[in-house]
Amino acid sequence: MVRLEKRLQPSAVFAWATPVMAVIATMIFGGLLFAALGKDPLVAIRTIFWDPLFGQYAFFYRPQLLVKGGPLILIAIGLSLGFRAGIWNIGAEGQYIMGAICGAGAGLAFYPLEAWYIFPIMVLAGALGGWVWAMIPGVLKVKFGTNEILVSLMLVYVAEQFLASVSLGLLKNPQGFGFPGSRNLQQYPSAHNAEIFEGTGMHWGVAAALIAVIFAYVLLSRHQLGYHIRLTGEAPRAAKFAGVSPSRLILFCLGISGAFAGLAGMFEASGPAGQITIDFNTGYGFTAIIVAFLGRLHPVGILLAGLLMALTYIGGEIAQSSLGLPSAAIQMFQGMLLFFLLAVDVLTGYRIRFGQREAA
Amino acid sequence: MNLTKRALLTGAAMAMSLAAAGTAFAQEKTKVGFVYVGPVGDGGWTYEHDKGRQAVEKHFGDQVETVFVESVPEGPDSERVMTQMALDGAKLIFTTSFGYMDPTINVAKKFPDVKFEHATGYKTAENVGTYSARFYEGRAVQGTIAGHMTKSNVIGYIGSYPIPEVIRGINSAYIHAKKVNPDVQFKIVWAFTWFDPAKEADAAKVLIEQGADVILQHTDSTAPLAAAQAAGNVIGFGQASDMAEYAPSPRVSSIIDNWAPYYIKQTQAVIDGTWKSEMTWDGIGAGMVGIGEITDAVPAEVKAEAMALKDKIASGEYHPFTGPLKKQDGSDWLAEGEVADDGTLAGLNFYVEGIEGEIPQ
Repeated sequence: MVRLEKRLQPSAVFAWATPVMAVIATMIFGGLLFAALGKDPLVAIRTIFWDPLFGQYAFFYRPQLLVKGGPLILIAIGLSLGFRAGIWNIGAEGQYIMGAICGAGAGLAFYPLEAWYIFPIMVLAGALGGWVWAMIPGVLKVKFGTNEILVSLMLVYVAEQFLASVSLGLLKNPQGFGFPGSRNLQQYPSAHNAEIFEGTGMHWGVAAALIAVIFAYVLLSRHQLGYHIRLTGEAPRAAKFAGVSPSRLILFCLGISGAFAGLAGMFEASGPAGQITIDFNTGYGFTAIIVAFLGRLHPVGILLAGLLMALTYIGGEIAQSSLGLPSAAIQMFQGMLLFFLLAVDVLTGYRIRFGQREAA
Repeated sequence: MNLTKRALLTGAAMAMSLAAAGTAFAQEKTKVGFVYVGPVGDGGWTYEHDKGRQAVEKHFGDQVETVFVESVPEGPDSERVMTQMALDGAKLIFTTSFGYMDPTINVAKKFPDVKFEHATGYKTAENVGTYSARFYEGRAVQGTIAGHMTKSNVIGYIGSYPIPEVIRGINSAYIHAKKVNPDVQFKIVWAFTWFDPAKEADAAKVLIEQGADVILQHTDSTAPLAAAQAAGNVIGFGQASDMAEYAPSPRVSSIIDNWAPYYIKQTQAVIDGTWKSEMTWDGIGAGMVGIGEITDAVPAEVKAEAMALKDKIASGEYHPFTGPLKKQDGSDWLAEGEVADDGTLAGLNFYVEGIEGEIPQ
């Protein structure tokens, strides 16, 4: 018989091996799924994982990986800090929306003025918008002991209503013939988050994501605050004895994840999306939770996980169009990835034993 | 910076001509792409566009290959999907949601040889045309039936977003309901979604609780019809698609989007090399808007009246927005016999006199 035996120490080998195992398992079972749908599984897997990177049109898809992965990484880095300390911000999607509204709103307030300082103000406004939105569950938790999971999640729906309201009212393009949606910031040079090097997909949001990775890495490995975060997550009682203030930690973690999500929203609204519309948010805030766990809450892991997630999106679209796979199959494929990750994760903390337990 | 951009475009052009050469040897197939905002199984908006795509496949057979991607979010994701289709050799791409407007224009700039058709937008370019249907013509027929059928004189209306297309529909339905039933009253709920069965069902239930016995919807799911069925003695209409599974009641008729003739025509134009950028806005007459079968739940004389109105609209004899009409605030809009021009209708942002409530801002 097979049984699980708890490891004394989480296995360092498996901590790094399990994501790879999850990806391989996803490929195998995803391949079976595609085969069941009547497609050649090898072609499907190649289309999803190989073509965007090395296929005929890779020159277009590689920059797109950064465009799609940038916001995921930026949000996931912020979330991972809180997750490590057991502080669960599930409402990054709402903070992303509020950051986009505040950032784009700040830019549009100057329209049509052209000045160098507009974009930096938008960046600040975006971060502030996300930070404020995350402070609501933060302050409520510290003052009244509410559950930050519920409050942050519910605030996503409030943010969506705000988004609809400003798209139809405050930020509506006066030259838009009554249609919802703001002016397109891509046509407003001072507010446009353009590519830093054209054709690379590298816009300021991607740069911010890379900086966030380095920031989080240094914070966690070199700084006392990072030590407190890790300690609180791994041994809450010990953290208390070490003089960690839970309230300050909660406000810091929620605040930074909100600010990062807000920044991601602002860079998206002023760059690739270009405008605030009713359907502006496309789920980055929720997908980033998957990315954070896929990356094992480690900054470098998140960087890789964000790019991998972006790859499955882009490859999935190619597979839909060129192979005729339904989008539901692609979503199942992405779901499998998280499922297998959580499933094989057990190997990090436990080892599998075959045979009868010896009498002890 | 210009240099790298040119390099990218040259790369794209080379890749495209390579791809084109490759397919030319195999067979002369014209590739047509479709970008959908919802799943093809939504039973409404996207479902009908996909039926149009299937009609193109059937009509042209081996001459044409169609590709589609469903549930594509508006914004940068749609831009990538369109680019990918163009790179892959599509000669004509239909982008079937309003939110694809700016992405379509962006991608069209990079692929001057590919034709783009954007549904329900207002921006065109050398290689971008737009198309939309005069759904308000169908709403006039719907309003006539609704005005006759209501016993409580309360008609519920589920709006999606307060945009001109939806406001036109509300006005048109109201004008024609009022014409046959002066006591009629409209209650409007905004769902702020195109497709969300749970929200739509809630909206329908609220309206029914407020006394509505006819539900009109501008959202795409069948949930409002299901709610009407559960309530009993409430009728509704199919939206975008026939939704015949709810006939003969609660679904007493429907407005059907029929894109197939247009898709076939434009595909033919691309094959023949005669495609031109146009702004198409067709209605019942051209067959883009269909009225689904009016069931026996509707009395014969009402049915006859509705069909007569449909025929008059189809022949161009009657326009649903014909004066005298006043705006909600009581100011004049159209004088006796005057007909609304397309420009005003395209940007319509007010209710006509008699409708209660405000358009959300």
